[in-house]
Amino acid sequence: MQAHSNSRNVIVMEHDNIRRWHDMGGQPAGQIDLDQHNFALWEKRVDALMVLTSGKGYFTVDGLRRVLEDMGEDTFETMSYYERWVQSVNQNLLEAGAYSLEELSTKMAEVTARGETYGDCAAGGE
Amino acid sequence: MPHDHHDHDHLSPSGHPYQPDQDHTLTRWQAMEIAMRELLVEKEILTAAEITQTVEAMDRRSPADGAQVVARAWSDPEFKARLLADGSTTIGEMGFEAGAMKLIVVENTATTHNVVVCTLCSCYPRNLLGLPPDWYKQRAYRSRVVKTPRKVLSEFGLDLPDDVQVRVHDSTADMRYLVLPVRPAGTDDLDATALAELVNRDSMIGVAQATAPE
Repeated sequence: MQAHSNSRNVIVMEHDNIRRWHDMGGQPAGQIDLDQHNFALWEKRVDALMVLTSGKGYFTVDGLRRVLEDMGEDTFETMSYYERWVQSVNQNLLEAGAYSLEELSTKMAEVTARGETYGDCAAGGE
Repeated sequence: MPHDHHDHDHLSPSGHPYQPDQDHTLTRWQAMEIAMRELLVEKEILTAAEITQTVEAMDRRSPADGAQVVARAWSDPEFKARLLADGSTTIGEMGFEAGAMKLIVVENTATTHNVVVCTLCSCYPRNLLGLPPDWYKQRAYRSRVVKTPRKVLSEFGLDLPDDVQVRVHDSTADMRYLVLPVRPAGTDDLDATALAELVNRDSMIGVAQATAPE
């Protein structure tokens, strides 16, 4: 593989010349952790937004994965599954023009100002 | 358990206690989810009802759905033949939708054991099994099951004889696999409802066998 200089491929060079980080089949890894967490409402809502907006043609599952993969290995190791998904769905919706970055920023500030907890802040808009 | 909580300060508008995750300090990513959802509703891309219904549908889906399909396949040879030939269409006979993905059903036998993974991501037959377990999405399972499947299966408590061939199926975004486990011995008298009770989630992923009858 040729060396690449653009930022997206820096991850390739740091980790492995052949494969990108997410292509982990057959790579060394530790013990399987069988602990299971209960899916939180916000996580299910992220999933629902993905299913519904991709179903309406705003992006494809390939678009979802493209952003997840471009986030890189550190993000995979440090953030939870739906923390990564919400960012990918958001990026795809921004690219599709569903709303603007400015609209998102304004709305997030408004949401955050409603209270301390998810329950407080999610209730405000309904 | 509506009456066993001790903190009455955190009740939702409907009077129920919030789930613990809702009581914690709002995270940036939760704020993003709320903001995205409200923007999508304001712009009439989605309705609040659609989102609620999709979450409810998610909550209704569980491995019990896949278990019904397996139990039918065990009791109806013609259904089983159709299921193995064309999983996506055949689950529709039972009212399940494959959606855009192609569903491939792989049959375990006395000599072949199938196990499913998604090495690249987290693809999973969620329409029949619900959301995937956390371990299915982790590096450890994704990395190792394709290289040392017998060792991984052994860690799940499934030790296969050497003469059983192990086939590992790597899912893709467009193609999902469901394992049809071996029907346990001593179940000849059971109907489909009773058979479905023996079909656990892990047996349809291929990291376990169906449960033996009591």
